[in-house]
Amino acid sequence: MAQARIIVDRITARMMRSFTFLSVLLMFLIGLGLFLKALPILKTHSVFEMLSSEIWRPFKGEFGFLPYIMGTLWVTAIAIAISFPLCVLSSIYFFEYAPQKLKQLILPLIDLLAGIPPVVYGVWGVLIVVPFISEHLAPHFVEYSSGYSVLAGGVVLSVMIFPLVMSLLGEVFASISTELRDASLSVGATKWQTTKLVLMRKALPGIMAALILAISRALGETIAVLMVCGNIAVIPHSIFDSGYPLPALIANNYGEMLSIPMYDAALMLAAFILFLIIVIFNVFSRFVSTQLEKYFKL
Amino acid sequence: MRKAEEYFFRVLMVLSSLIIVGSLFSILFTILYRGLGSLTWDMVSRVPEGGFYIGKEGGILNAIIGSMYIAGGATLLALLISIPIVLYINTYLPKDSRLAGFARTSFDILFGVPSIVYGAFGFTIMVFLGLKTSLLAGIITVTLLVLPIMVRTMDEITRLVPRELNDAVYSLGATRWETSKVILRQVAPGILTAILLSFGRGMGDAASVLFTAGYTDSIPTSLSDPAATLPLAIFFQLSSPIMEVQERAYAATLVLTLIILLISILSRIINVKLSKHKIQ
Repeated sequence: MAQARIIVDRITARMMRSFTFLSVLLMFLIGLGLFLKALPILKTHSVFEMLSSEIWRPFKGEFGFLPYIMGTLWVTAIAIAISFPLCVLSSIYFFEYAPQKLKQLILPLIDLLAGIPPVVYGVWGVLIVVPFISEHLAPHFVEYSSGYSVLAGGVVLSVMIFPLVMSLLGEVFASISTELRDASLSVGATKWQTTKLVLMRKALPGIMAALILAISRALGETIAVLMVCGNIAVIPHSIFDSGYPLPALIANNYGEMLSIPMYDAALMLAAFILFLIIVIFNVFSRFVSTQLEKYFKL
Repeated sequence: MRKAEEYFFRVLMVLSSLIIVGSLFSILFTILYRGLGSLTWDMVSRVPEGGFYIGKEGGILNAIIGSMYIAGGATLLALLISIPIVLYINTYLPKDSRLAGFARTSFDILFGVPSIVYGAFGFTIMVFLGLKTSLLAGIITVTLLVLPIMVRTMDEITRLVPRELNDAVYSLGATRWETSKVILRQVAPGILTAILLSFGRGMGDAASVLFTAGYTDSIPTSLSDPAATLPLAIFFQLSSPIMEVQERAYAATLVLTLIILLISILSRIINVKLSKHKIQ
């Protein structure tokens, strides 16, 4: 009987190991699959040219990704510029200043909202953000804006990443020991001085890692941004211009991509670029948090 | 001077917190307010009928059921794949194993990969396997999407089980497999949380099913049928120029939001209730 038990143990061990190996391979499989699909266009077009060209005419075989890359950068930059400072200030408030009860009430609520799907944020953007920009904000600065702009995309995206950034920063602040705060306060520092000179220094590696993760999340967001940023393939010149981010390009054109030669390869190349950037950012984020930690040891 | 700086930043912090909490509540309020106005029983109990997309009779039952099928199928598949992985990392491999560390890193990275990339990859698999846009293709793609969520959630909880428990079970003469079963019982609440989280993510994601699941007005009856999904129903209806159809998009958004919130709250309750019986 003992024999049977051991055989079962060995079989399950093999099975589980192959599952684990396969799952580790998955990341490389995704990269490889997208790369192979993008290969036809890489053979006939130079990568550098595609990345720096503004002209997107799939019918004529011209694939310039620059407007899409710029669209992505604008939206992401706006989202991070709004979201990150707010989240840092707010998490300092909840972790250092706010009464315990308020913190225990609000943080789980924010966490709960992390599950709200992107499309819901998109609908909110269409209903609230876009009209606000076109009716109240844009008239002060430009002659006309439909509201469907990189600013709208950035605002919606910034709200969308609030829960993520708050939870990342929350982990950072929660991990700082109370003794450190007490030591600083006991030598006569005010609460803000403690926060600024001691906590921020200790938290900096974590904050940087969170920033990189937030950027990588913002880069890839599709539906919510696509719904509000206008989708015109021109490089935006102001925040009230429409933009066309890379993920939106992929999502909007899947229907016709099989009927035009090289079109599918071009879209798969876009997906591959996105994948590559995000993997690099994620690896970099881990590297930053471990390396900076060595520098900023207290 | 110190006082002034202190005060200034304090005000700034409270303002930031208000903006964050306020904007998140603005979303819930907007969806509730606009959605309730056009939410009818017909919306959630009927499939689209002739002329639905120009504002006539029907509902979005096809999309609700389609999303449930896809999220359910994907969650089930991901569960079957992730349980062996989590058990292997945590009980079969030693605590400082390289493979375990590498597997965790790769799932962390996969967790950060956007759903549109999964959609594109799912599309290449679909073409590779010779499938058409179908329920099956949608389920495969969403499985890949929720797998990292599942593994990470379960792994986080399994790691908390003290290794002494393993040692105690081993010392009774149990094999690794039998030990795994003990561990599995310990982390049951965590598994349930992971299931609900994955299901919620699967219900709500649009970019991954856009390429793979297709869209249809009827409820799918087999794996090779295309399937409508709730996020895409919202997306398509919102881009319609007709008022009635747009109104229905708001109602559909409310339905989706309520389902997701229900799932999130449920998972929290389960987590609290079931962790009572755990060996600490």
